Amino acid sequence: MSATPDIAAFACPLPLRDYPHVVMGHGGGGALSSDLIEHVFLPAFSNPLLDRLGDSTVIDIAADLAGGGRLALSTDSYVVRPLFFPGGSIGDLAVNGTVNDLAMSGGRPLYLTAGFIIEEGLAIGELAEVARRMATAAATAGVRIVTGDTKVVERGHGDGVYINTAGVGVVPPGIGVGIEPVRPGDVVLASGTLGDHGMAIMSVREGLAFEAEIVSDSAPLHGLVTAMLAACPAIRLLRDPTRGGAATSLVEIAGLARVGIEIDEQAIPVRPQVAAACEILGLDPLQVANEGKLLAVVPGDAAEQILAAMRAHEYGRDAVAIGRVVERHPRMVVMRTAIGGTRVIPMPLGEQLPRIC
Amino acid sequence: MKHLTEYRDADTARRLAAEIGRIATRPWAIMEVCGGQTHSIIRNGVDQLLPPEVELIHGPGCPVCVTPLETIDRALAIAATPGVIFCSFGDMLRVPGSRGNLFSVKGLGGDIRLVYSPLDAVKLAQAHPDREVVFLAIGFETTAPANAMAVKLAKQQGLKNFSMLVSHVLVPPAIEAIMRSPGNRVNAFLAAGHVCSVMGTWQYPPLAERFRVPIVVTGFEPIDLLEGIRRTVLQLEQGRHELENAYARVVSERGNEPAQRVIAEVFTAGDRAWRGIGVIPASGWRLADAYRDHDAEIRFAVGGITAVESSLCKAGEVLQGTLKPNQCPAFGKECTPRTPLGATMVSSEGACAAYYNAGRWSDSGAA
Repeated sequence: MSATPDIAAFACPLPLRDYPHVVMGHGGGGALSSDLIEHVFLPAFSNPLLDRLGDSTVIDIAADLAGGGRLALSTDSYVVRPLFFPGGSIGDLAVNGTVNDLAMSGGRPLYLTAGFIIEEGLAIGELAEVARRMATAAATAGVRIVTGDTKVVERGHGDGVYINTAGVGVVPPGIGVGIEPVRPGDVVLASGTLGDHGMAIMSVREGLAFEAEIVSDSAPLHGLVTAMLAACPAIRLLRDPTRGGAATSLVEIAGLARVGIEIDEQAIPVRPQVAAACEILGLDPLQVANEGKLLAVVPGDAAEQILAAMRAHEYGRDAVAIGRVVERHPRMVVMRTAIGGTRVIPMPLGEQLPRIC
Repeated sequence: MKHLTEYRDADTARRLAAEIGRIATRPWAIMEVCGGQTHSIIRNGVDQLLPPEVELIHGPGCPVCVTPLETIDRALAIAATPGVIFCSFGDMLRVPGSRGNLFSVKGLGGDIRLVYSPLDAVKLAQAHPDREVVFLAIGFETTAPANAMAVKLAKQQGLKNFSMLVSHVLVPPAIEAIMRSPGNRVNAFLAAGHVCSVMGTWQYPPLAERFRVPIVVTGFEPIDLLEGIRRTVLQLEQGRHELENAYARVVSERGNEPAQRVIAEVFTAGDRAWRGIGVIPASGWRLADAYRDHDAEIRFAVGGITAVESSLCKAGEVLQGTLKPNQCPAFGKECTPRTPLGATMVSSEGACAAYYNAGRWSDSGAA
């Protein structure tokens, strides 16, 4: 050896931004991290609050609450494989999912935070596309991404990218979703077809090709909620039936409110291709995830009025009443089957498992 | 959905149920052999439409339920072996062995893959020549052709890293065992439509004759089931005991002959233990000697693993139809889908899970 290598003087011959894939250094907090933020995230999310790049973002919340009202906060983490699927991407889910969590308390979503846990080796182009989809979803939903974080984990320790978003929204004065108790005589509404998202994911993940493509329903629902509340401010309860599907939400509602719920199998809206895919795999559409649907418990005498408002909104066109709240069998959800029998709807246990035959 | 909605029609269901009510004059106990039929009966509430004279007894036809505990333990041992890719149908993943299930092996680092077809496991073996790929081949006659085809293909392609843990069971010997059991109270059988789509109906007339028992090949939708029950009750009331095919849109007398040929080539019949019931002579298939190189039981030397069942579990009586799931003392207490003592509580086709999930926690029913 002729000389001691001088590590400090070593310079990477490649310009930083020319890494085609995420490397561990992108999470190191140094120049590579800055590069990622500057070339991937800022171009997508740019707004005056984010562009200051402070350690925290300071919001003039008094201005947002000028008309009165209360703050709503929510957080959710998004892990989905594949990152892109028919009808959406992890980016759409990360925005719409948190927006919808805020909307279910009647909140108008305003600000989101975004944390990215990125797997080493993810193509920068894919990451940029995820960010672009997030930005589009945020613009559609009318929310701003105002602060964020990135970390990189070693290859094999993540599915490309995991995203956490937290959201801040404002619940206007006079809106009391979730405060008025659910009671017998109330009606249960669904904003549209159930099971679309879960079966869209399953069809691409398991490589099942169906004649008619199944498309995720990922969508922001606060506009629909606003329209519903305008029709009837006394809506009792709203739920977005994501993981675990409508069955989970209904069983939760019956348990929390200590009421019985009766649903009508024939009234449950399911797209033919989703119903067919569920038949093939032995799954129950009621247990399959949705990302752009809500269930509402509303006063019986206001149901028609609310349904009319929902059907006038693009994300509620197929809204229908699927059941009612009853006094008997408290904490239980009972389905009236198409042929006139009954069965209790259970809380799904965990993963949905395709049956053997 | 075409080919389905017409078999779920409420008016037709009511008409058939009323017709059954008119013909039934005495109590009859009818066993649906297949777990898929049990599932559909409970899910749709078919039994709630029947007159009190007609009782349905849920038979041993859920392959997940009758797979012996030691087969599960052997599967867990193989799946935990370093370097193995272990492939299974979905509902086997949660079936408890003596310790843990395939999910827990996966949690500890085992490479467990959920597949929809055994041929997918063969593809995995092609793609990973450095790994041992094992497929857990369970099921009745219905799943046997695809399983047989997978082994046949693997052998043809010289795939040395593909093997199968086989636990296949057969319907006709089970019907015979039930009819011979001292406590039997089954008056008639609904034969499993999908098993017959493979095997045909020719195996059943001798059984109907020998035990003087009506056997009606029946499908899985509510209207199929009610029509099967109607024909069965009619035979019983008229004192007939014949084989009838109420699922002719799928099942023929001779069945799927190419499928039967590949089964006969790859598998050989032998005595087989049924979980909760015991050994039934000539009631199972194992790999024929020509395919023993692909037998996972031999390759991984797990044949010595034995197991002891929970003493609380009455799955055997449930499977033989002498006990309703909600009459078991452990039902809904020590034994739930979350903490299953026996496989009948695990599989969605298992009678205990079907009862639990449909809220039938007491004899009177919940709703």
